[in-house]
Amino acid sequence: MLLVVLEHDRGALAEAAREALAFGRSLAEKMDEDLQAALIGSDDGALVAEAGDYGAEVVHTCVHEVLSDYGPDAHGAVLAQMVAELEPSAVLACGSDRGNEVMAQAAARLDAPFAANCVDVTPGSPWTMTRVQWGGSLLEDSSLEAEVALLTCGLHAVAAQPGDSVDADTEAFEADLDESHRVTVVKDRTVQEAGVTLPTAPVVCGGGRGVGSAEGFAQLEELAELLGGRVGCSRAVTNLGWRPHSDQVGQTGTRIAPEIYIASGISGAIQHWVGAMASKHILAINTDREANMVVKADWAVIADLHEVIPAIIAEVRNRKG
Amino acid sequence: MRILCCVKRVPAPGAKINVTADGSDVDAAHLGFTTSPHEECGVEGAVQLREQHGGEVTVLTVGPPEAAEQLRYAASVGADHGVLIPGDGAWDPQRTAAVIGEAIDVLESEAKELFDLILFGNESADSGGFQVGVRVAHSLRRPIVNGIKGIEVSGDGSGTGTVTARRAIDGGFEVYELPRPCVLGVKEGLNLPRYPTMKGRLRSKKLEIRSLDIDAAQGGQRRIRLHRPPEQVSETVILGDGPDAAVAVVDVLEELGVL
Ligand SMILES: Cc1cc2nc3c(=O)[nH]c(=O)nc-3n(C[C@H](O)[C@H](O)[C@H](O)COP(=O)(O)OP(=O)(O)OC[C@H]3O[C@@H](n4cnc5c(N)ncnc54)[C@H](O)[C@@H]3O)c2cc1C
Repeated sequence: MLLVVLEHDRGALAEAAREALAFGRSLAEKMDEDLQAALIGSDDGALVAEAGDYGAEVVHTCVHEVLSDYGPDAHGAVLAQMVAELEPSAVLACGSDRGNEVMAQAAARLDAPFAANCVDVTPGSPWTMTRVQWGGSLLEDSSLEAEVALLTCGLHAVAAQPGDSVDADTEAFEADLDESHRVTVVKDRTVQEAGVTLPTAPVVCGGGRGVGSAEGFAQLEELAELLGGRVGCSRAVTNLGWRPHSDQVGQTGTRIAPEIYIASGISGAIQHWVGAMASKHILAINTDREANMVVKADWAVIADLHEVIPAIIAEVRNRKG
Repeated sequence: MRILCCVKRVPAPGAKINVTADGSDVDAAHLGFTTSPHEECGVEGAVQLREQHGGEVTVLTVGPPEAAEQLRYAASVGADHGVLIPGDGAWDPQRTAAVIGEAIDVLESEAKELFDLILFGNESADSGGFQVGVRVAHSLRRPIVNGIKGIEVSGDGSGTGTVTARRAIDGGFEVYELPRPCVLGVKEGLNLPRYPTMKGRLRSKKLEIRSLDIDAAQGGQRRIRLHRPPEQVSETVILGDGPDAAVAVVDVLEELGVL
């Protein structure tokens, strides 16, 4: 049996859970075994039914006082207990922040190996998999020698397509939890911004070292505002203190997926590129025709961004009337 | 406050990452090396806490002899001690975690004091295993939360008390409160790391690096080979070479329906 972890936030199923189910469905097929799911901290019938839409035959639900909100210790402990009791051949979560964290917690408790962010998995003895390294710039083929294969699939490695729909059964799981597991449960939350965020913005106006100063970003702000988008930046810019890290696009920043990414004065280092490559279209503005960002873009303007951006702003205003 | 920060030496590639002919590793022949960005922020965070509350910061790495460079860099921005465990950055996560866990045992028993706070990078920049910190914390029976971009300590940070940690989620933060001693996996964005000063650079040259010979059994995960994903090729259409290109740019925006 393949056990898929259903990530949710206080009862709302995460997109990551749907991706894990979709990835898990084809993996279970390769294993020629059942697809089942683990729902830790909820027993909501709607979530169970949705797991069924993706082909999960049984959903093991676990509710407990300590599971009132997300907590890596409590969730990891329950998952490890499920593995010990249900004896799945493999366990899969999505490689989101929480997914990787919970799987690492379970792996530490079971003293079992764990392969993070797989894009392709072949069951066997040993299991073999291709996993993402360097935030997506490199792939590693590796093998996993283990009684139970603990895996996460790379975020967005597959589309969250339902399929092989069944009426999923609910099985209540009795976990052995106590107050000590509350140690890392979320205590509080603060909401900082509403509306368009960098990962969801339809337009991102990115600036790199070529922008030249913190003040230089005022023009990109203006353009982003006009287009209903957000400003992004490179790590060079964050390190210079020109923009906050929350604007950084890349391996150690945010992954963006806008309709268009306008990248100005950014060379397109691989660590920046992996955060930008999901953009549907890319337009680069750069003085260097050979810059990686230009080479990989759909469109480019080979010129000084300080001349081009104001001209674009004027033209947009002009057409908007 | 006694703080330990675990860091990893990684290559710093530019436009693409090359792999050695046999696929066993990144071809770093012509590359510089750096500290994994999350951990660079970890060191800065540790130094800031020490500046506020007193105490000392130890930086530890598992790596080749050259990883002393990363320990010296940490010292140049304020770390007090450096510990190098001879090993390979390509060790599997179980082996790496076992080695680090044992090193912490050694350091803590020698000092007869625990580290109040241990910091790891959320994941290493190169192999991205997402687990070493969690395994070490578990072996030490200390709580850990990953993805941390804000740290505050109660009191002067030493002995019993709490560590309040903030984790970024889409559009906000989650807040965790951990009892000390504890462990955090931090992410870039925790702070803006300082650049070394001249004085710091001089001090780092004098840093005595402690070498600890520790090894552990291999874990269950093995590398077969590294390879690059297929490259996205695109025919770049050049829209112009000056401000006049603005008309063509806005045509594109209009076509995409984002105007
Ligand atoms: C482990 C690791 C993780 C990293 N993670 C990230 C990450 O998440 N995000 C990230 O961005 N980087 C990351 N980096 C850093 C990355 O390697 C690059 O150093 C960085 O992206 C470079 O930023 P840049 O393009 O702004 O600067 P540069 O590389 O200096 O490029 C500046 C560009 O601006 C152009 N230019 C200059 N003046 C003008 C002008 N007037 N008009 C038009 N064009 C002009 C130049 O031709 C050049 O192409 C990481 C590095 C490492 C080692």
